[in-house]
Amino acid sequence: MSAIVNGAGKVVDFVDQRITASNWLKRNIRKVFPDHWSFLLGEIALFSFIMILLSGVFLTLWFKPTMAHIMYEGAYVPMRDVGMSEAYASTLEISFEVRGGLLMRQVHHWGALIFLAAMSAHMLRIFFTGAFRKPREINWLIGVILLVLGVAAGFTGYSLPDDLLSGTGLRIIEGGMLAIPIVGTYLSSFLFGGEYPGDDIIARLYPMHILLIPGLILALVAAHLMILWYQKHTHWGGPGKTNTNVAGAPFFPIYVAKAGGFQFIVMGVIVLLAATIQINPVWLWGPYDPSVVSAGTQPDWYVGFLDGALRVMPAWEFYVFDHPITMSVLIPAILLPGIILTPLALYPWIEQRATGDTREHHLLDRPRNVPVRTGIGVAFIVFYVLLWIAGGNDFFATILEIPVNWITWFIRIGIFVLPPLAFFVTKRICLGLQRRDRDKVMHGRETGIVMVSPDGEFSELHAPLTRSQAYELTWHERQLPSDPGPATDANGIPNPNYRSKRAQARLSRFYFGDVVQKPTREELESAHHDGHGAEAAQRDELTSGQQ
Amino acid sequence: MPRSLPGRSRGSRIGQLFSGLNGGASIGRLLSTRRRHPLAAIAVLVAVLFTAGGAYAALAPSTSQNVQAASSTQIDEGRQLFAIGCSSCHGLNGEGQVNDNGDVLGPSLIGVGAAAVDFQVGTGRMPLAAPSAQAERKPVSYNQEQIDAMAAFVASLAPGPEVPDEQYLDTAEGNVARGGELFRTNCSQCHNTTGQGGALTMGQFAPNLTGVEPRHIYEAMITGPQAMPVFSDQTVTPEDKRDIIAFLESVQNEPDPGGLAIGRAGPVAEGLWAWLVGIGLLIGMATWIVTRSSKA
Repeated sequence: MSAIVNGAGKVVDFVDQRITASNWLKRNIRKVFPDHWSFLLGEIALFSFIMILLSGVFLTLWFKPTMAHIMYEGAYVPMRDVGMSEAYASTLEISFEVRGGLLMRQVHHWGALIFLAAMSAHMLRIFFTGAFRKPREINWLIGVILLVLGVAAGFTGYSLPDDLLSGTGLRIIEGGMLAIPIVGTYLSSFLFGGEYPGDDIIARLYPMHILLIPGLILALVAAHLMILWYQKHTHWGGPGKTNTNVAGAPFFPIYVAKAGGFQFIVMGVIVLLAATIQINPVWLWGPYDPSVVSAGTQPDWYVGFLDGALRVMPAWEFYVFDHPITMSVLIPAILLPGIILTPLALYPWIEQRATGDTREHHLLDRPRNVPVRTGIGVAFIVFYVLLWIAGGNDFFATILEIPVNWITWFIRIGIFVLPPLAFFVTKRICLGLQRRDRDKVMHGRETGIVMVSPDGEFSELHAPLTRSQAYELTWHERQLPSDPGPATDANGIPNPNYRSKRAQARLSRFYFGDVVQKPTREELESAHHDGHGAEAAQRDELTSGQQ
Repeated sequence: MPRSLPGRSRGSRIGQLFSGLNGGASIGRLLSTRRRHPLAAIAVLVAVLFTAGGAYAALAPSTSQNVQAASSTQIDEGRQLFAIGCSSCHGLNGEGQVNDNGDVLGPSLIGVGAAAVDFQVGTGRMPLAAPSAQAERKPVSYNQEQIDAMAAFVASLAPGPEVPDEQYLDTAEGNVARGGELFRTNCSQCHNTTGQGGALTMGQFAPNLTGVEPRHIYEAMITGPQAMPVFSDQTVTPEDKRDIIAFLESVQNEPDPGGLAIGRAGPVAEGLWAWLVGIGLLIGMATWIVTRSSKA
């Protein structure tokens, strides 16, 4: 045993004397990562991506990316002598003739659905906890780009097998391109190599799907992780956890073991899904035929919101110099992604404008402590889920046994009404939770013991919080709305920046005007010494908060 | 045939008329000499009627034969059942009824044929439980004998599509691959790729075809019930229909090699599973991982 250790030591020493890695390693191998379930969402995305790469390599060994027309002679009898493309035939071959092929196809597809779901959940976590704030705006942007690339990877993959759903999806993409004024027909012609469907598109999507997009994703994932490593992970505040440290377990050996173990869990769950639940049975959909569009044609979930927007959009179209401008396609298919992605990408800067804060933040926000941001996030989720429902309108009409037209009208109205309502409700819930936290800090937790005074007055006994419990509720910063200052200085000279400052102050008031502030030191002390004085102070605080 | 009776009563005169038929040359002379005969016009009329009637009997769709084949007792029995169970909406003679507001209580059944009755009553759609966007499949209220009787009665009103011949329902004879192509081209727009059905406008829907009898699928194609178009034998031949039915039977009995079928409903169901089960399970696992404290 000692011989092995000595031998290994010699090898390490040899390497170290030449590349002097031990300092770097010593510093990084002990790098600390904090523990929280929500910090693992990004890891789910990473590990499922690895699973997609592995299963994807397997699939490339048999898949034939060509639209050459053949008559099927393979093992799946119900398709014998049916005309189809080689791409579809080779997908059937992978499914029915290649050993383990169907499992790998299902691993690849479930992995893709999980990958994009994990990325989305990860992004929501970053959003709701404010982890995108300085210095992490670049990583936020990379994340947005990764999400777009993930959708592109998914969609190109969905289109490759050349089954009925694939082709119909591409047909909708063609329709979206044709709706772009002036250049639309050219774009479509360039992409498809002439009139849709042509016989080039599969061969063109293939290198994008297996080379270009995964390459970009890999490069950006590497950048994402390197920046994360360099900037350190954010963590929740608490006793001993501050803006200038990271509390958690060292990378090696604890975190390596945890992350490594989690990798196997993620892979295990994906393989479990793939082995037990059938996904995209292309042999049931049939080969693509431009004259056929089946009922129940839907994209995978991550494109579902676009399909939903298309489905509920009223049929608006007008003509400019005999040139049709098809708003019913242009708005949902071309403008909507931009309308969603632009604010999403710019959000860190939008919020920075509201706070006017240029400091670094390494402590996460509890969602309730930034009620407006949390409200915006929930409003977006509601908006997105409504579009999902619209995308599955026929599915939900069948399941719920209601007319599909009701769903369309529910979405058309709800898409404007429900997100603001969700914003309002979420904000009120956050403010309520903040009040409750404040109440707990000032008066302690409710014990459930009801006392009767000699005068007959009933009151509930409150038990004071421990110091660490109180700290958990009060470590966050006090964020007050900013004040634009006077429009003119003491000498009556107008402030040239006043207008911009006033706009900033308005945004700030929108964000922080209603926030229930944690108690000040004085309020806390007076509450603990004399309950009545504190309650009066709290009442003042509450009434001032409602103005 | 009442029309032929006067002719037979004057048999001797007609016999006299044709008595000279003894050779090719004499026919021409006979026709030319007797063309002014008082009965010549009647003879021509009778001859033309016989020719036309015979041609019609030989060439007309077999439905009319079927109408004649149905025994009058069966038709009477059907008429009685119809009067009790159907006439409140469809009228005593199947002529249909419209109320004062102009709403159709029941459409006219004249010419819908036996196939329509066999389909509508045989799948339980008729009698209707309540007016709605579309009649739904439900337990059948009549036995097959009664359904046949009502079908015979409705078929006796006017010719229409008849109950399909057994040879076109034998799915063992059908070509599954061809049926699949035909189904995707003609039916999948509403019924989905394997016949799970789908939503149509204003509460109408294309029903799930799983477990529907071949005869009823065939009848639906030739009669076009509810929102469904008619696929006549000219557009989709009886052999095509047999292939389609064979495809449906094959695909419904086909095992799902990938595991749970989740309704064969495609990406919506898959997305729900990915979020609710996939990500749900993984978040549960993540929570479990972080509770395994490394402090110990």
